[in-house]
Amino acid sequence: MPALGAASSLAASGAVGVASDLASIPDDRARMLPVHPALADLFPWGGLRRGATVAVRGSTSLLFALLAPPTDTGSWAALVGMPDLGLRAASELGVAVERLALVRHPGANLPAVVAALLDGMDLVAVNPARLTDSHLRRLSARARHRGAVLISTGQWPGADLELTLSDTRWTGLGDGHGFLEARETLVAARGRGAAARSRQAETYLPAAGGAVAARPRLIPVRLLDSDWRGDRAEVS
Amino acid sequence: MFDRVERMLVVWCPDWPVTAAAAAARLTPHQPVAVVAANRVVACSAPARVEGVRRGMRRRDAQGRCPELVVFPDDPVRDARLFEPVAAAVEEMAVGVEIIRPGVVAVPARGPAGYFGGEDRAAERLIDQVADRTGAECEIGVADGLFAAVLAARRGLLVPPGTSREFLAPLSVRELHRPAEGHYRSDLVDLLRRLGLRTLGAFAQVPEKDVSARFGADAVQAHRLARGEQERPPSRRRPPPDLVVAEELDPPVERVDAAAFVARTLAEKLHAGLAVHGLACTRLGIHAMTANGEERLRVWRCAEPLTPGGIADRVRWQLDGWLTGTTGRPSAGIVRLRLEPVEVVEGHALQLDLWRGEGRAEADERAGRAMVHVQGLLGPDAVVTPVLGGGRDPGEAARLVPWGDEQSPRRDPEAPWPGRLPAPSPATVLAKPLPAKVFDEHGRVIDISARHELTGKPSQVSVDGGRPRRVHAWAGPWATDARWWINPCRRARLQVLLEEEDTQTALLLVLSEERWTVEGIYD
Repeated sequence: MPALGAASSLAASGAVGVASDLASIPDDRARMLPVHPALADLFPWGGLRRGATVAVRGSTSLLFALLAPPTDTGSWAALVGMPDLGLRAASELGVAVERLALVRHPGANLPAVVAALLDGMDLVAVNPARLTDSHLRRLSARARHRGAVLISTGQWPGADLELTLSDTRWTGLGDGHGFLEARETLVAARGRGAAARSRQAETYLPAAGGAVAARPRLIPVRLLDSDWRGDRAEVS
Repeated sequence: MFDRVERMLVVWCPDWPVTAAAAAARLTPHQPVAVVAANRVVACSAPARVEGVRRGMRRRDAQGRCPELVVFPDDPVRDARLFEPVAAAVEEMAVGVEIIRPGVVAVPARGPAGYFGGEDRAAERLIDQVADRTGAECEIGVADGLFAAVLAARRGLLVPPGTSREFLAPLSVRELHRPAEGHYRSDLVDLLRRLGLRTLGAFAQVPEKDVSARFGADAVQAHRLARGEQERPPSRRRPPPDLVVAEELDPPVERVDAAAFVARTLAEKLHAGLAVHGLACTRLGIHAMTANGEERLRVWRCAEPLTPGGIADRVRWQLDGWLTGTTGRPSAGIVRLRLEPVEVVEGHALQLDLWRGEGRAEADERAGRAMVHVQGLLGPDAVVTPVLGGGRDPGEAARLVPWGDEQSPRRDPEAPWPGRLPAPSPATVLAKPLPAKVFDEHGRVIDISARHELTGKPSQVSVDGGRPRRVHAWAGPWATDARWWINPCRRARLQVLLEEEDTQTALLLVLSEERWTVEGIYD
């Protein structure tokens, strides 16, 4: 695989674009599903590209945050093999739950069910624990062909983009008082092709009230402080 | 222009949802009963009304006025299934029976009136017949035109021929808003009342061309009703016979879930066939034949042109009524099902919806096909869509409705639910809660005292027999049973934040029957 490694590092450097990526740009704009502004930095294409496979690991809130803008604008999403979804949380995060199709116990028919849903849904989220590698490859290819977004809640070797959560910190809960209020977290994205450069977004997931929000960029306090002093010096 | 208005006889069973619910639960008619949808009373029985329960009242208010009130959720399938015997009883005496909605059937009055020698005699015989066969009470109204006949039935009146307009004139314009029959006109009624047109008579005196100039097409239809004319202009026509869709069922359908599946595919076929001609169906004939050669036919009449979902619902209700009814159940499975559009209108209304959707309708249809495909693989109950409702625990926040069934919330999601934790809610709600142990500083297992206090300060939590993890922050306990003072079972919730090597895990723990479980994970 050394050749592939070299190509991807060239592409990542920005000096060389991959021809297929360039060619697909105008077409892709029309084929993009919206993402929340707080998460937009994570997507090199500026949105969820139809046909892509995205792995979302370790956070159901992040999965809901991805489903929210498309379902809210009329797209349908299916969630397969996930019996433990907190649907009120989904609604708080902005998901139009009436446009969710849940197949909670697909059993042995899992590959066939996911394939059928990729034909009609805009987004299909699946727990890949019981799929073999050849299934994964075939489903990714089907998503690409049908223009659906395939979201995996576990590791997916051929994923175009993988989102992970780190540095999570909850606020609001004290020692015997308060409520869980908001969670500060760092979402990191890493993938292939245009997404090879790793990207990060500082977010509240969820923010107070249950939605997603970007964390305000912190302005270094010292700089601000010295500016202010400088001002005063001039005045006095 | 004068178009002859057909004289209609309407049989109306008062408070049908209540009657059906009580019959299904085998309650006596003396018990106060109410049917509730979205936390509001949609129908109540006479004993409940005596206690002060009214339609539109919130459930809690109704229970406050009448503590022994038995409350049932709204269920159109149940209403339709139990109504089938009533329709069959009427049909024995009169031809051309059409179900307007569960609880109301209409027949052309000419036949029974001629046969029994007068409309009043026919009405008497029908009341006896329905009571005899089904035990249901009903009222009968006869008037020119269906709209007037339905209103006459609610008052138990026989309106003489040619006087429908006079009968309607003093009635309130509110009568135009009939949500149960699919006429949603609350905005129009509001507008008319603000304009000072409070009665149907006053509205009828506005010239039709002014109505059509000022208001929409729906107001023109409402205006026709107020004048006591046929509900639709005479442009409606008999559809060409090739629009009938039929399906041979092999193996024969005996179960309701299988019937629902057939109903959906057949409904889509019928609707697609009509749409090609720019038509939509307003009267639907459902015809079934069983393996033993028995035949059943029922006509459903609808105010609004039927959508594919609407057709499928009526077919499903009807098949449910035939297959699970108490009387007249077919002796074998259904082998042939035929849907006939008895009356059609130009499908403008439906086309408007398509345009407004800007491709959304297409996305919905594609998604619907995919879901039906999966239902074919796994069975109809395997694909569900959530409907948010009220409730205190995160687990009861949503009701999962099989794709194709009616999606109405059982409880009002907007209503205040005292004791519900504030947002954010846990993103993972475990269908099978995991057992947990909560320890205090001294390693003792924590319980809840009779005064709803923790017996110690949570310091470590072990989930599902795992290693105990340190509690970084916590809050609670919050009682979950709103009536803990009546029912002192100790059940409470606790939010805990576990911390380990810079990773934080937030959990919702529930104590019930002296056992802690992890009910939700904030992940």
